Amino acid sequence: MIDLTRPITHFLNFSATLRRAGFAVAPEQTIAWLAAIDILGPDEIGDIHRAARAMLAPPPERFAEFDAIFDAHFRGAPTPTSDSPPGEEAPLQAADDRGGGPEPLFGDETRESGASATRAERLSTRRFLAATEGDTLRRFTRAFPARAPKRRGYRWRPAHGGPGTDARRMFRDAMRNAGEFVRLRRRRRSVRQRRIVVLIDISGSMKERTQAHLSFAHALVHAAATVEVFTFGTRLTRITRALRHRNRVQALAIATLLVADWDGGTRIGEALNAFLAIPRFSALARGAALVVLSDGLERGNPTAMVAAVARFSRITWRTVWLTPLAIDPSFEPKTAGLKAASPYLDELGDGGSLASICEHVLELVNARAV
Amino acid sequence: MAVRRTVVGISSPRGLEEALRAAYFLADEGISTAGYLSLALGKPLLLEGAPGVGKTEAAKAIAGVLGRRLLRLQCYEGIDAAAALYEWNFPRQMLALRQHSEGAGPVDIYRDEFLIERPMLACLRRPEETMLLIDEIDRSDHEFEAFLLEFLSDFQISIPERGAVHAYERPVVILTSNRTRELHEALRRRCVYHWIEYPAPEREIQIIRLRAPGVGERAARAVVAAVGRLRREPLSKHPGIAEAVEWAEAASLLNQQGERWPEAFRRSLGVVIKTEEDLVHVVQKIDVILAETSA
Repeated sequence: MIDLTRPITHFLNFSATLRRAGFAVAPEQTIAWLAAIDILGPDEIGDIHRAARAMLAPPPERFAEFDAIFDAHFRGAPTPTSDSPPGEEAPLQAADDRGGGPEPLFGDETRESGASATRAERLSTRRFLAATEGDTLRRFTRAFPARAPKRRGYRWRPAHGGPGTDARRMFRDAMRNAGEFVRLRRRRRSVRQRRIVVLIDISGSMKERTQAHLSFAHALVHAAATVEVFTFGTRLTRITRALRHRNRVQALAIATLLVADWDGGTRIGEALNAFLAIPRFSALARGAALVVLSDGLERGNPTAMVAAVARFSRITWRTVWLTPLAIDPSFEPKTAGLKAASPYLDELGDGGSLASICEHVLELVNARAV
Repeated sequence: MAVRRTVVGISSPRGLEEALRAAYFLADEGISTAGYLSLALGKPLLLEGAPGVGKTEAAKAIAGVLGRRLLRLQCYEGIDAAAALYEWNFPRQMLALRQHSEGAGPVDIYRDEFLIERPMLACLRRPEETMLLIDEIDRSDHEFEAFLLEFLSDFQISIPERGAVHAYERPVVILTSNRTRELHEALRRRCVYHWIEYPAPEREIQIIRLRAPGVGERAARAVVAAVGRLRREPLSKHPGIAEAVEWAEAASLLNQQGERWPEAFRRSLGVVIKTEEDLVHVVQKIDVILAETSA
């Protein structure tokens, strides 16, 4: 047991410091850590450090930060500062609307503050008015539940046909029929809605369509059980939570504030790779239906973009790319990037109108069997 | 919290490290500390790391040290309770009912002989002689993770026909994850956590020499340096420890048959790089890497 006569306040303060720095430390973890220190001896400060790593379980990408706080607390090192001087070239940033702020994607040793990055990129903000294409969206919201893409769930449900035998129900029936098995009862897995991940290109070349795309995303968020929405231009922003606001005008206004790179340049390849590089984002795409709303006009070398699309095709269930350039049914991708990426896409379709986008998403249900 | 300072004669992280070394597993301070704390505090051990860093090997070695039978539950998308806990042997139950002559009293179709134990139930019923390895939880669905959370906090499962089964002592449980998706915070909180890195070069050389005694010191050194370089390349699958050992073995074999050194490494590249895209990427650079690392 923990010897309470020893000064443990210093240890408790460490957990508090970690919480202030945004680490999730539960009280039970602190208690377990103290017990661990007690068991280990401890002979040296390294024991306390290893026990802290094991029991307080910081995520691997924040080890450096965790160690710095530990050193400051127990070894008297200078207090770590989260703001480092801005580098020559700002790395592509990803913002998560769950809090925690923007984080650098390339190189995990420096953490640039969101504020300085915003200044460095000289990002613009802009305001939205709600779209008037409400009718299409209303019809989409109504039609979606019946035509959402599905996946197999965890639980079994009684069914008229199916791969499993429902033994428990058969025995119960047999009880009523003097121990005779009269009917073969079946069961099958329940069916769940498959997650849809929408990536919206908000670069300058997509300026005309952005508003409609966000309205569509808002409608989808309210129609679907599981859905995630991101915008990308010169950075990647998660806006799902903002779109959960029921009122579309307000939802788009909140989303507008979150997104800091309106009408900027396009770094599609980098943005997609950024998405894939963050495990908790790429996990969202695993087994999901991915819908990319973008013209695929990549400046410079498209290799990164093609590689990202290839990777997406391996982790998602379907990868659908809708471009406003494909209004003409005989559309063939012209740009090097989209041309090279198209073999990896399950579908390259028309994203020129809201109606067409809605149609494509409702068609997902007819895609290949799971 | 029930604390046992000494488990099978191991009373410190160093003790575990030595025991693991005797079981041909070279552990660093981090993993031996986490492993010892997990045993002493009776908490599950969660090992995370890139594929091929030796998570499953570590679990097997710990089972060996404890002298327990390893029950491995491999997770996959769609895994359910029937695969993890138990199933009733339905055909045998029906047969027993049919064979049972009337008037011979009631027949119990929920006896042990009709119960098919899966790893989690087996571990609960014999906690002192088994160790449960739940491998690659990141592959399972979120629902299964939630179910696991319940199991790991109470070490109890309920079989409706039989009532609750609970372990009379805390079972030893090791979980591994490749981190293809983030595990739930609550699950991390229940566990002692260790992030396994690729081993430091000196340790990886030792591992290669231990597992493949036919490999020379120079060859092992060169392989470790080259593999270290390959792990910094943007590949879809980075070479793990097993690949490094195999590469050293394969190249040594070619060398014994008369192939010259850097060439032997290049010709046996297929045991390290196993996807076509990665191979295309590596082939362009391999000469530079080998020239640097074999020097």
